[in-house]
Amino acid sequence: MRTIDVISTAIGNSFRSKLRTTLTVIAIFIGAFTLTITNGLGTGINNYITTTVAAIGAQDVLTVTKTQQDQSTGPRKYDPNQMASTSPGRPGQTVAGMTPADISAIAAVPGVLSVQPTLSISPDYVEAGNGTKYALSASGAVPGLKLQLAAGAQPSATSSAPQIVLPVSYVKALGYSSDRSAIGSTVNIGITDSTRAEHTLGATVVGIAEISLGGTGGSGTANEALAQELYNAQSIGLSSSTKDRYSQASVRFDKSATPAAVNQLKARLATAGYDAKTVADQIGTFKTVIDAIVLVLNSFAVIALLAASFGIVNTLLMSVQERTREIGLMKAMGMGSGRVFGLFSFEAVFIGFLGSAIGAGIAILVGSGISAALASSVFSGLPGLTLIAFSPASIATIILVVMGIAFLAGTLPAAKAAKQDPIESLRYE
Amino acid sequence: MLDWSPSIKERLSMPTPILAARDVKKSYGRGQSRFDALKGVSLEIFEGESLAIVGKSGSGKSTLMHLLALLDRPTDGAIELNGSDALLLRGRSLNSTRNKTFGFVFQQFFLTGGASVLDNVILPLKISRVRSRERKRRGLAALAELELRDKAGNRASALSGGQKQRAVIARALVNNPRIIFADEPTGNLDSATGAVVEDILFSLNREQGITLIVVTHDEDLAARCDRRIYIRDGLVVETESRAA
Ligand SMILES: Nc1ncnc2c1ncn2[C@@H]1O[C@H](COP(=O)(O)OP(=O)(O)OP(=O)(O)O)[C@@H](O)[C@H]1O
Ligand SMILES: [Mg+2]
Repeated sequence: MRTIDVISTAIGNSFRSKLRTTLTVIAIFIGAFTLTITNGLGTGINNYITTTVAAIGAQDVLTVTKTQQDQSTGPRKYDPNQMASTSPGRPGQTVAGMTPADISAIAAVPGVLSVQPTLSISPDYVEAGNGTKYALSASGAVPGLKLQLAAGAQPSATSSAPQIVLPVSYVKALGYSSDRSAIGSTVNIGITDSTRAEHTLGATVVGIAEISLGGTGGSGTANEALAQELYNAQSIGLSSSTKDRYSQASVRFDKSATPAAVNQLKARLATAGYDAKTVADQIGTFKTVIDAIVLVLNSFAVIALLAASFGIVNTLLMSVQERTREIGLMKAMGMGSGRVFGLFSFEAVFIGFLGSAIGAGIAILVGSGISAALASSVFSGLPGLTLIAFSPASIATIILVVMGIAFLAGTLPAAKAAKQDPIESLRYE
Repeated sequence: MLDWSPSIKERLSMPTPILAARDVKKSYGRGQSRFDALKGVSLEIFEGESLAIVGKSGSGKSTLMHLLALLDRPTDGAIELNGSDALLLRGRSLNSTRNKTFGFVFQQFFLTGGASVLDNVILPLKISRVRSRERKRRGLAALAELELRDKAGNRASALSGGQKQRAVIARALVNNPRIIFADEPTGNLDSATGAVVEDILFSLNREQGITLIVVTHDEDLAARCDRRIYIRDGLVVETESRAA
């Protein structure tokens, strides 16, 4: 029998017992549907993280922290140099503080173009023309940072004038009629120093930022000049050794550096005693968490598929039983055992294909519908987030995996059919 | 020096049998439950002949037919096809021999009810990798020969008994076999329809020279064959030729 005939006969056979095939297809459909949705969730969230990468930091920047000396578990020895971490990680995480000596040591590492310590600033409030004060958290702009802006421009790293980018939620509260009208206006930022004295600093609003998962949630972003002014104000009353202490620093390197060169730079920093992470590394941490969650969800879907695969075994065993005569006749007419095996295992693969293709197709429709509905309601504050997204590669992988499982499930009945003895099957009752 | 034994002389002068069984034995089971279905059967079948294998139920007729059709292997003895040892055939060559040399007509029809008559008929062609257009052409030709051309598109289950058996004969014919095995071909048919089916089989034998091996316990059917072999309890008890 030609392969094309094996395939078309197998497809024809699977439609012979429509109810049984339909039920099996439904079982596979459920598994494939779930798998597609959970995978789509992973794809959607990871896509969002990737596209908002620029909001967390630039591609040619390393975030450097001092390597933690005490790596043992259990209570850590007290170290007066420890300070709270400002980089993403678990809450309460502390890092070893860096001093100006550390900064110059990093600057001396070959491949480092520039080092900028990250100033951790904690302003109290912001106030505009209408006089109402609103609590504000803010951070200094990371070099090369690209915020997702609703209006205006990125904060300038070179300008000596204090500038700030405010989140979109502050626009109406501060009394501006639109995002655009806020641009160029001056706001007052209040900050308390270590002696509990209040200071007020003026800054120009240069941009309005969209809310995104990329680290700048509801907080403002100050340009270097403003960050430095705020830092100086809040540090009044501190000794210079306490003031010049940074949780982390940003290192710029050559934009055109290859991944291998970046790894070498990281290795050099590591020997000097510093941990360095690219934005991609930090994103990677997020993605690892998302991937782990998706993996757990996927395993539920796979369990459903395994259950469905027993349905395939059952369906095919029944049809082998029903078609005993036919198999015997085909073998008597010179059909090889391999082809008989092929006929039944392809039927299994076809059932798997039907279930997974329909499952994936409907999952795409339902998933797209759900994420469109969520995007305009629950997630309206997170533009660009498609909660459930589908990549052709992962859909193809799902369909192929399900077909693979179906093939494995089909081997038992197919082998049973293949080794049937023609005379036994043709015996009259 | 020229002391040929008669049997050798005879064999040299006669054509090679298309199919031969040489002291064939077949046992089922072992030990206590061992049953000898054939206890040493020898016979020769020549091209273009019609042969009836006659005997009571359980005498071993079907067993012998299965051995001759290479569907089963004897416990002992040899089967020869065109003078060469057919038991050496295995795998692909065995399958291709079954496919191209033999056609089968069984007491039960073994048609796939849900499939069309044409699809049932072209099954041997499908197995022997004939392309779809050619299959259709030859299938329709075979059906036309059996006056079933107009039923080609019908479901096989919708045919009458006689039509079903004619469809089965079309299927046996379609790959131009050299031998047709018919096991109780009229057993399921009333006598009038049975006679029609018999006529078809014998005309194929006469007009196309297809060797016909009929297994039956029907004396009338057996009488129409060139030769009859009577089997009882796994042994040939009598061979009878039409006066030639
Ligand atoms: N697979 C088997 N296992 C055990 N015994 C078998 C088997 N096949 C056939 N037999 C026995 O061998 C004997 C011959 O069987 P066979 O089918 O050849 O009979 P038959 O002459 O064709 O009979 P019928 O006219 O009823 O079809 C019977 O006694 C049968 O019980
Ligand atoms: Mg029989």
